[in-house]
Amino acid sequence: MPSDPPSALPADTPPAVSDPLEARHVLEFPGGYTRSTGPVIGRFLTELRDRRIVGVRTAGARVLVPPLEYDPDTGEAVTGEYVEVGPAGTVQAWAWVSAPRAGHPLDRPFAWATIRMDGADTSLVHAVDAGAAKAMRPGLRVRPRWRERPSGDITDIECFVPEVTMISAPVRAEYRVRPGAALTRFFTKIKDGVLLGGRCAACDQVYVPYRTSCPSCGALIEEEREVADTGTVTTFAINNLPDPRAPEVPFVSAYILLDGTDIPMIALVGGVPAHEVRQGMRVRAVWVPPEERTMPMANIRWFAPTGEPDVDLSADAPGGEA
Amino acid sequence: MGERCAVIGVGQTRYTTKRTDVSIAGLVREAAIRALDDAGLTFADIDAVVVGKAPDLFEGVMMPEAYLADALGAAGKPMMRVHTAGSVGGSTALVGASLIQGGVHDRVLVVAFEKQSESNATWALSTHLPFGASLVVGAGGYFAPHIREYMRRSGAPDHIGALVAVKDRRNALKNPYAHLRIPGIDRAMVESTPMLWEPIRYLETCPSSDGACAIVLASEKAVTGTPAWIHGAAMRSEPLTRAGRETVSPQAGKDCAADVYRQAGVTDPRRDIDVAEVYVPFSWYEPMWLENLGFAPENEGWKLTEAGCTALDGDIPWNASGGVLSSNPIGASGLIRFAEAALQVRGMAGEHQVEGAATALGHAYGGGAQFFAMWIVSNRKP
Repeated sequence: MPSDPPSALPADTPPAVSDPLEARHVLEFPGGYTRSTGPVIGRFLTELRDRRIVGVRTAGARVLVPPLEYDPDTGEAVTGEYVEVGPAGTVQAWAWVSAPRAGHPLDRPFAWATIRMDGADTSLVHAVDAGAAKAMRPGLRVRPRWRERPSGDITDIECFVPEVTMISAPVRAEYRVRPGAALTRFFTKIKDGVLLGGRCAACDQVYVPYRTSCPSCGALIEEEREVADTGTVTTFAINNLPDPRAPEVPFVSAYILLDGTDIPMIALVGGVPAHEVRQGMRVRAVWVPPEERTMPMANIRWFAPTGEPDVDLSADAPGGEA
Repeated sequence: MGERCAVIGVGQTRYTTKRTDVSIAGLVREAAIRALDDAGLTFADIDAVVVGKAPDLFEGVMMPEAYLADALGAAGKPMMRVHTAGSVGGSTALVGASLIQGGVHDRVLVVAFEKQSESNATWALSTHLPFGASLVVGAGGYFAPHIREYMRRSGAPDHIGALVAVKDRRNALKNPYAHLRIPGIDRAMVESTPMLWEPIRYLETCPSSDGACAIVLASEKAVTGTPAWIHGAAMRSEPLTRAGRETVSPQAGKDCAADVYRQAGVTDPRRDIDVAEVYVPFSWYEPMWLENLGFAPENEGWKLTEAGCTALDGDIPWNASGGVLSSNPIGASGLIRFAEAALQVRGMAGEHQVEGAATALGHAYGGGAQFFAMWIVSNRKP
């Protein structure tokens, strides 16, 4: 099909053989054979040079692409009516070439495919530059990629490429994030190894992390309260789905009701196998040593069991039951 | 309630993992045109368009309502977008209905969609802001602890979730629009799949779907075809971080149900409602919502599931369409519940039709179970 470069191996390549009874032998007609095209193939190649693909109509009104001088089914001469087809076509069948050879039209993996050009009744064979075998399928819509300087040869079509069906739409929003005044206060205390909460005087509820307005009644929270770094696991999930941004699986994300507070915090439970974590388990924050403390919440490595007896949640334990 | 309002057209796309053959505009048009065809109308007959979808980060299209206005025939007409996370499909229907109930318009096109294949919902839901610990991974990571707490409180046997997963997927086999088709699914198959966010197994979660759903709403004088009359419509929300917040059976859900039942004259939902389409993205939410919506006493919802009451041949079928567990184009999932409720009372649900369904509940919830939207539709004029 595609007319190969005159030789896959240039004639001056030294023979890579050491056996004296083995020799390299090249048969190559100098300059290549001169092959006359005849009027039909000649028209096809001339149109290719102008980046058009044409077929020829048979007496039975079929359109042959590539054209022939005769109807291959009946042996009758074709009509002489040329029909422009394509430029798109549909892959009928294909074979994947995972290791292209020197004479192949592409130097990367590609498919040989039979392609039915739009408006044609027969298929031509050409290369499809699809990237990966999984992109190939019968019915794939393809279009020609033309050589920069067409010369009137089937290789004027470098190869076919799939139609555009998807684009990549990069979206990136970059922010500078600063915690607000209340969270800054909370983080400052975290650095000192203290969990800071706030008590809503109207609701008599202690919130942690510290915040300045009550999410329930909207009142200003004016009373800071340092809360314990011990608490009770009210409920939890064992996460088995890996995520590059999360801890290594399996990890336990738990709702922990710190002693003296009224709303559970979500935190990592560690120092215990995931399947030994229980609702009602007593835990204590494991702090990073003061000299290693960096990012606010990272200063608490996780919460680990204290070894105290579990809390009975069937009572009206806050956080678990409403 | 104001003016009478009815659903007169429903359109859905076949829900699937990837609709790579259409753009977002093409996808929503497919649903919209089917809904208009169902109502025997065209875009020219529509007064206003309301669009709903989940967060913009899902497709990375900022303000999709602006991009989709002309695709939905809204040029020169009022167009708005609703956003209440996963409940948005339901809220969008209710905003559309309010435009008719308020006497503003006679015909409103409501469209909701998600093309999840354009990115990854778990990524979009877990943006992990600085300073915090990155612990919650996607919706499953968020809801798993609340399911665990329900299991503890109710003492429900471990297999209840699997029963729901099987029931909804079997129903999906009767729904030509459903995404997941798992012939031969049974409890053993569900229980053999891995725990993703323990106690949630792989087959106890909803899929990621591409799809759109549309409905046409009409005032009484503008009704064409077969109407599903709205008898009650309610939305509620509540703050996520509130001391003592009930996360298993949120107060906002109870309040929303009480409101919609009062409007529709429902005193015993299990008796008065014939079929319910309820937002169950994780199988255990069926028994949890059975209680939250008053179909069962507290801690006893699982008994209805176990006894088969919610199956297609049970006394109160839940999610005859296969539900969110079988199809989940997130932004559309709530509207699909509302639309399926309408299809049931219009007698147009096809193979998953509940025979004689006269009154149906459509339900959606979203965010951290903090947004609720519900409606009750009937084949009788209110």
